[in-house]
Amino acid sequence: MASEPAAPTPQHETTLGLSNEKMGMWAMIGSECLFFGALIAAYLIYVNAFGDAPEINPSTIYDIPFTSVSTFILLMSSLGVVLALSGAQQGDDRRMRTWLLATALMGATFLSGQIYEFTVFMEEGMRMSTSPFTTSFYVLTGFHGVHVGVGVLMLLTLWGRSLAGKLERRKSEIVENVGLYWHFVDIVWIIIFTVVYLIPAE
Amino acid sequence: MRAGGPRLVGGTPRRWQRTMRLGVLLVIAGLIAGCAADAPQDALDPRGPSAQASHDLWNIVFPIAVVVFVLVQGLLLVAVWRFRKRRDDGDELPSQVHGNTRLEILWTLIPAVILAGIAVPTIDTIFDLAAEPDDALQVRVVAKQYWWEFEYLDDEGQGVITSGQLHIPTGRPVYLHLEALSASIPDPGGVGDKTGSVAQGVLHSFWVPRLAGKQDVVPGQTRNLTLEADEPGRYEGQCAEFCGLSHSRMRFQVIAEDPDEFTAWLDEQAQPVEPVDEDADPLVAEGEALFDTATCIQCHAIDGYESPVDGSTAELRIGPDLTHFASRDTLAGAFLENNRENLADWIRDPQDVKPGAQMPNLIEDGLLEEDEVEPLVEYLMSLE
Amino acid sequence: MAATAESDTSRNPFRRPKATTGFWSWLTTTDHKKIGILYFVTAFTFFIIAGLQALLIRVQLAGPDGQALNPDQYNQIFTMHGITMIFLALMPLSAGFFNFVMPLQIGARDVAFPRLNAFSYWVFLFGGIFIYSSIFLGGMPDGGWFNYAPLSSQVGPDPMAGTIVDAHVSRMLFYSIGLQIVGLGSLVSSVNFVVTILNMRAPGMTLMRMPVFTWMTLVTSFLMLFAMPIIGVALWQLMFDVRFGGNFFDPSAGGDPILWQHMFWLFGHPEVYILILPAFGLVSEVLPVFSRKPIFGYAALVFSGIAIGFLGFGVWAHHMFAVGMGPVANAAFALTTMFIAVPTGVKIFNWLGTVWGGKLTFPTPMLFALGLIGMFTIGGLSGVTHAVVPHNYQHTDTYYVVAHFHYVLFGGALFGLFAGMYYFFPKMTGRMLGEKLGKWHFWLILIGFNATFAPMHILGLQGMPRRVDTYPAGYGWEFWNAVETAGSFLIAVAVLIFVINVVISRRSGVVAGDDPWDARTVEWLTTSPPKPHNFDEIPQVTSRDELWNRKYTSDHGKPIRVPAGGSGEAAHEHEAHDIHMPDPSFFPLVAALGITIAGYGVFTGGIAMAAIFGLGLVVGLYGFFGWAFEPPSEDDH
Repeated sequence: MASEPAAPTPQHETTLGLSNEKMGMWAMIGSECLFFGALIAAYLIYVNAFGDAPEINPSTIYDIPFTSVSTFILLMSSLGVVLALSGAQQGDDRRMRTWLLATALMGATFLSGQIYEFTVFMEEGMRMSTSPFTTSFYVLTGFHGVHVGVGVLMLLTLWGRSLAGKLERRKSEIVENVGLYWHFVDIVWIIIFTVVYLIPAE
Repeated sequence: MRAGGPRLVGGTPRRWQRTMRLGVLLVIAGLIAGCAADAPQDALDPRGPSAQASHDLWNIVFPIAVVVFVLVQGLLLVAVWRFRKRRDDGDELPSQVHGNTRLEILWTLIPAVILAGIAVPTIDTIFDLAAEPDDALQVRVVAKQYWWEFEYLDDEGQGVITSGQLHIPTGRPVYLHLEALSASIPDPGGVGDKTGSVAQGVLHSFWVPRLAGKQDVVPGQTRNLTLEADEPGRYEGQCAEFCGLSHSRMRFQVIAEDPDEFTAWLDEQAQPVEPVDEDADPLVAEGEALFDTATCIQCHAIDGYESPVDGSTAELRIGPDLTHFASRDTLAGAFLENNRENLADWIRDPQDVKPGAQMPNLIEDGLLEEDEVEPLVEYLMSLE
Repeated sequence: MAATAESDTSRNPFRRPKATTGFWSWLTTTDHKKIGILYFVTAFTFFIIAGLQALLIRVQLAGPDGQALNPDQYNQIFTMHGITMIFLALMPLSAGFFNFVMPLQIGARDVAFPRLNAFSYWVFLFGGIFIYSSIFLGGMPDGGWFNYAPLSSQVGPDPMAGTIVDAHVSRMLFYSIGLQIVGLGSLVSSVNFVVTILNMRAPGMTLMRMPVFTWMTLVTSFLMLFAMPIIGVALWQLMFDVRFGGNFFDPSAGGDPILWQHMFWLFGHPEVYILILPAFGLVSEVLPVFSRKPIFGYAALVFSGIAIGFLGFGVWAHHMFAVGMGPVANAAFALTTMFIAVPTGVKIFNWLGTVWGGKLTFPTPMLFALGLIGMFTIGGLSGVTHAVVPHNYQHTDTYYVVAHFHYVLFGGALFGLFAGMYYFFPKMTGRMLGEKLGKWHFWLILIGFNATFAPMHILGLQGMPRRVDTYPAGYGWEFWNAVETAGSFLIAVAVLIFVINVVISRRSGVVAGDDPWDARTVEWLTTSPPKPHNFDEIPQVTSRDELWNRKYTSDHGKPIRVPAGGSGEAAHEHEAHDIHMPDPSFFPLVAALGITIAGYGVFTGGIAMAAIFGLGLVVGLYGFFGWAFEPPSEDDH
């Protein structure tokens, strides 16, 4: 949906001067705030609900140095998408493509880190069904991961399209919209990282 | 534009009036027919302080609602009648009024003031009803799919457990501790939040309309409700939160008695059963043995029971406690009359009587023969 | 760019569809008017299904100890009646109006994202079919539309062990996945409508010149935008609990079943306004036209709508007063609930103000609009009694509540929708909907509706709980239940008359012309039915009642008609060859299909699950990529 086509009235300026696509993206992001808000709320409700497995809790399970590194990579990727946009705006397609690819790779690295983290947790006996804490952890971070995955897919698509010379019309705006989404996903992770990993449970 | 359309009301004014009068009479007749009927769960017929408190608020808010109703519908009908386009009207347009700020303020403020007026006694009553009364009889209520168990917690109750029918003394508040538990796991007893597998179960809602409003019952948590009856009587109650296949069959009765009678009842319920004298009543004695061999004993408790087969006692409380089964006049979640015929039907095919019930079909499972139903029924009916 | 488009088409196994008429044109259309009609037809079909379910419920409850349905069937049917009416009938009927009417009202050629619009429709349709496919796959959802945990979330054996055979799990998955799919359609359409209204208005159409219906569309869209993700999360949580051993709502593992109720009603109460505000908007269009004077207190109507939208998110726990949240929470939600009655009252009084002093005619749309004022007032007043918490303990979960919300959703929302259908039918089809049958329809449904639902107030107060599959004799409930059942059949007759009326009028109704009602807003400026590009020339808007002001002028405060020719209808002669509309597209349908296929994966396990997910993913991605790479129209440059 990154490149939802132009309105059927391209000859008209939009009423508010903002393009439809960008406004649509903002609306979608507003909605996503509620989505993640509800997931984070559920996690906070259950952060101390360990069921029959009190040994699996935030202080025993999280590997904060590791997650900090992957968090850092994801945050840096926001810079990448900014550079890609600046490339697009200045008509420097090579620079745009380089940074699109780099951003996608950083996103993919973060995802790999998350998958690795999940497998380690699984091995330590932390399963979806262990306790409300584990369920809400997996569902929250998992849905964030899915959002990163969708973002990576969109970035790679833009990269591929540009490489094939098919990303011309309103290029910088498309990159900007994907960038908006990407920044949002990053900001959500900052909140999740703070709430889930950094604030210690009781 | 197609011509005007017919008027909202047809015919001459007189005919219309007659129709109206007839309609009003019909509505009143209907209301009388509806309300005067014998309605044992009528919330508009409070018989205890809790229900009365709710009803007092209703008596404030309902007249206000009626006034607003008459006002709005009246204005609507007047407008429709007065401002209808008449046949002799020309094409002249009405004056194009866009609004009136003073009116807007008026009809924002007046409802707000009325609502604020209603809010004061409402909030007052909310806090009143939530407070725990002094000197209350403490009763633990356990909701299972689909029946209610009542356990008297005070020392004077001597641990009396009954199901389907809650006896209370008149004129004294009863403070209920409500829990929802799984229908298939033994009741661990005690009031308090439950964790682990004992917290399994679904939502129910405890409701005796003439004595108090509803209180939902939540698995894993304890809820409280105050109940009090002014007069002796039998008050029908029913589960009011959807709980599965036999939600509609999850009933109970509250039986309010004079304090003396209640105490006598409690003493009687505290007595364990006596072993059956085989010579006096061989059929009942056969049933006593069947209670063990047909595996009833695995789910039902009978205080004082001693198996004639191997001396085992009946203590597990998965299904209802049957110690004084025959002293209750309802059966199977208190929606059937407790008589021999209904009991036999229930034992033969519980699912047919009450779909979704946890009680197994003993005959289908090969644990009970058809000709063993009668002795079992006789034994249970002997448990006065 | 032209070359790009060509090469895209040549690689595309689906050639770019061109047809604008016939079967395929409906599958591929991106025209908001056609999509609107698709919504109407589909939603009305679901409405009839849900109506038949209601009749079954009434037959079962006609007398004590009903034998028509067994408890399992009854639970499935009352559940599906609620789900269908709310998600598959009323919401999409409103969406039909949003689609058809709103772009015309703001003078736009289409919505902001035409293909996303088609996608919304297809996920709604497939989601509905998905839920109903449960009939053949172990039974329909049976936990009520509210589907309270833990009755819904209880899990049987190890959920990770391959194929699921447990009917309960399957039914709950049909509930959670099916509503998830349907909800996705509502969510993306809300994005679409928000952007369209904010960004695609005709020149001069300022926010405070927008028709009230468009305003209510905007408020409703924002409500959907913020409420759908909440139910989305709740449905995901339910799915993880039921299928993957999650513990969100399982009290035995430390989860809290009340969390589901909070999540559900945090969505569920705004949902009530999502259902009713569009009807309020329609009525606000109909009343001024047939009173022949402007809407009274436009600003008050708009701001009360916005206020209801905001407050709608702060009253959810009044559905849970008997849960035992404690006196403080109960008192707080009692106050917010009483407070929300104020803007609702403002609306009713402004409608009365609109009618007052007018010159009223009573064609069917007006009858339904007046009916809404009368009937919704009853629902609103019983709503205020819910806020009286101690009495709410008595009447919650009884037929009193059933009566209340039917007065809101039937006497309110549905009456408003019927008013809108009679009012806009000429614009949609070019023909009037028959007045004679229309009058029969209105009076029968008014009588039938009141006969069915008014007695429920009494039954509820006499202690008849909701969701009971039978009731015994001797509780004083027999008489009114029999009356209700009779009333429900009267409603059925009325709906049948409506269907017949539509079929007849569609073929041989009176030809309407552009502006059959002497209306006030710009959608009546264009032809009936409108051309694909809506307006040959986008109207320049100078006032709230734009069309009216083109037709009438003020002479010493007395409005008089402007001689013909001044109404801007001369613009019809203008040739429209240079207006580009988006071409039809297969891809929204394909993408929606992919999502629906993937939904079935959750029911299986192991390889089957991977295969179904994979297939859904491939189909869905094909749809989304094809869509993203396809230009809006082939000759776009």
